[in-house]
Amino acid sequence: MKKDFPYPIWNIEMETMDREVRKSLQTYRLKELVWYLYDNVKFYKEKFKEKGIHPNDIKSIEDVENLPFTNKTDLRDNYPFGLFAVPMEEIVRIHASSGTTGKPTVVGYTQSDIEVWSEVMARSLVASGATKNSIVQNAYGYGLFTGGLGVHYGAERIGATVIPISGGNTARQILILEDFGPDIITCTPSYSLYLAEEIEKKNIKIENLKLKYGIFGAEPWSEAMRNEIEKRLKIKAINIYGLSEIIGPGVANECLKQAGLHIYDDHFYPEIIDPATGKKVKDGEIGELVITTLTKKGIPLLRYRTRDLTRIISEPCECGRTHPRIDRIMGRTDDMLIIRGVNVFPSQIEEVLVQIEEVAPHYQLIVDREHNLDVLTVMVEVDEKVFSDEIKRLEMIEKKIEHEIENMLGISVRVKLVEPRTIERSEGKAKRIIDNRKI
Amino acid sequence: MVKQVSVFLENRAGRIYDVCNLLGKNGINIRALSVADTSDFGILRLILDNPDKAIKILKEEKFTVSSTDVVAIEISDKPGGLAEILKIFDENSINVEYMYAFLAKIPEKAILIFRFDNTEEVIEKLKKKNVKLISSEELYKL
Repeated sequence: MKKDFPYPIWNIEMETMDREVRKSLQTYRLKELVWYLYDNVKFYKEKFKEKGIHPNDIKSIEDVENLPFTNKTDLRDNYPFGLFAVPMEEIVRIHASSGTTGKPTVVGYTQSDIEVWSEVMARSLVASGATKNSIVQNAYGYGLFTGGLGVHYGAERIGATVIPISGGNTARQILILEDFGPDIITCTPSYSLYLAEEIEKKNIKIENLKLKYGIFGAEPWSEAMRNEIEKRLKIKAINIYGLSEIIGPGVANECLKQAGLHIYDDHFYPEIIDPATGKKVKDGEIGELVITTLTKKGIPLLRYRTRDLTRIISEPCECGRTHPRIDRIMGRTDDMLIIRGVNVFPSQIEEVLVQIEEVAPHYQLIVDREHNLDVLTVMVEVDEKVFSDEIKRLEMIEKKIEHEIENMLGISVRVKLVEPRTIERSEGKAKRIIDNRKI
Repeated sequence: MVKQVSVFLENRAGRIYDVCNLLGKNGINIRALSVADTSDFGILRLILDNPDKAIKILKEEKFTVSSTDVVAIEISDKPGGLAEILKIFDENSINVEYMYAFLAKIPEKAILIFRFDNTEEVIEKLKKKNVKLISSEELYKL
C-alpha cells in the first residue's frame, strides 16, 4: 500500500513506520545494545553488576527505565577513549565537544555510525525542504565540532550539492549566497540574523537570492527569532537538534509543519525525566531529555543525560512521520552556556583563571548579543597581585587572560578587570552568569 | 624619591569622588593627581601629604591600591622649562613611563612628577647632571 504524504520524506519505511512495529524494533535493538555493552564496555558491565541487571532482563523497550544513566562526567572520567566499544582500528572518525573542564568530551564513529548519521541527516535535510537538486551552503563549522561534517554527509547522501564553506567570513558567505545561488543555508540561528543584517547593509535585495530554507541549530532560539529570520531572509526557518555525544546534528529535526522536532527514535530512544529525581515525567510534561543510542557501535550510550529541557509531543504529525516530536529546547538543567554555537561551561573558565597567578578566581560571565552575535565578557576582579600603576601592565594581563580562555574554548572573549567586591556574591557562592540575550 | 598612591577604578560614575571624599574626611590632602584610563578602567595616581595613612584607609575600604616610587623634579616655570629637562633625559637615554604636574607654590618654579621604570638608576644619573630633585619631606610641606 502506497500512501501519499503532503511533503517529501527520505525514508518512508522507517519514518512512517507503524508505532507498534517500531516499538518491536526498539525492543529488539535495546536487547542487542545491552548485550553489546555487556560484552564490550567495562564501564557498563560494572554498572550492570552494581545494579544487578543482566542483559536477559530486557524484555521490552520500556525496560530501558531500569538501566543506569550516563552523564557527561562519565565521558570525562573515561577520557579519552574509555567508553569506546570497539578497538581503534574500527573507529573511522573522532569528534569532540567542550567538556566541563579543560578536557574535551570525545566521541568515536565506526563506519556504520557514519552511515547512521548520514541517514538521519538525510532525513533531516529532506524534512527541511532539501532535494537532490538543492545547493546547500553549509556554514556550520567543520572540524572537531560535529555541525559541519554532519550536514555535509547528509547533503551528499541525498545527492544535493554541498558548499563546505564552514563558519565565519561573512563577506565570503554573502558572495557565495549571491553567486552560487544556494537554496538552503545551514548555520546557527543567531548567525543567520547577523547575515541578514550584513546583507541589508550591502543593499543586496533578498528577493534576488535563491534561498528558500534555513536549517538552524546548535544553540537555543525562540519562535520570535524564527519569525524575524523568516521575515528578513524570506525563507522557511527549520529547527534542528543534536549533540555530539549522541551523534551530532540530526538527532531530531522539524518537518515543514514547524511544530516540534521529530526525534529519530529508531536510532535515538528518548525519555523525559525529572532532573531532580531521575523519574519519568507524565506524558507531555517538561523535563530533561535522556537519550539511548539504539544502534551506535563506536561509543553507544545508555540513557545519556542531555541536560536539555523539553517535552515529548506524541500526537501524530500531519506530515505523516510517526516519530514522536520534542518541543524546542527550553533551557538547560546545568549552567552550560552556548556562545556562537560553542558550548561553554563556567567551570572551564574558572580552570583557566586558577592557573593565571595574577588574578583571583573571582569572575562573572556576561553574555550579550550585539548585532546578532554573541559576545562573552569575563569580568575578573583585580586585586593587589594584579594591580599596577601602569595601564599597559593591566592591559597585558587582560590580553593574557583573553588569550588563555580563547585557547581553552576556541572562541574569542572580552576580559574586563573590575574592582574587588563588585562581583555579586550570594551566600558565599558567586553569581557567575548574567545572560542578557533575548532569544 | 616620592611615594605615589595608585588606585584602581572602574569607569563608573562617582568613583573618583568616593576616593577623594574618603581622603578628605580623613584629613589627607591631595597634592597632585592624574588619571590614566582605558575604555574599561582607570588608574588614579595621587601624591598625598600622608601616603601611608591613605593606603591604610583605602585598603580598609577595599580599594585596590598600590604604592609606587616616583621622582619629583623642580624646573623653571618659563617657556622651554620642561624641554630643558626632557633634553637631559634624551641625552642620557632615560625613558619616562608617565608624568604629570604638581601644584607647586614656589615662585617661578614648577614641579613635575615622573615615573621611570628604573627609578634608582635614573636618580643617580640626574644627580650627576645637577637636576633639582625634591624629597618627599620637602614636597609634603609645600
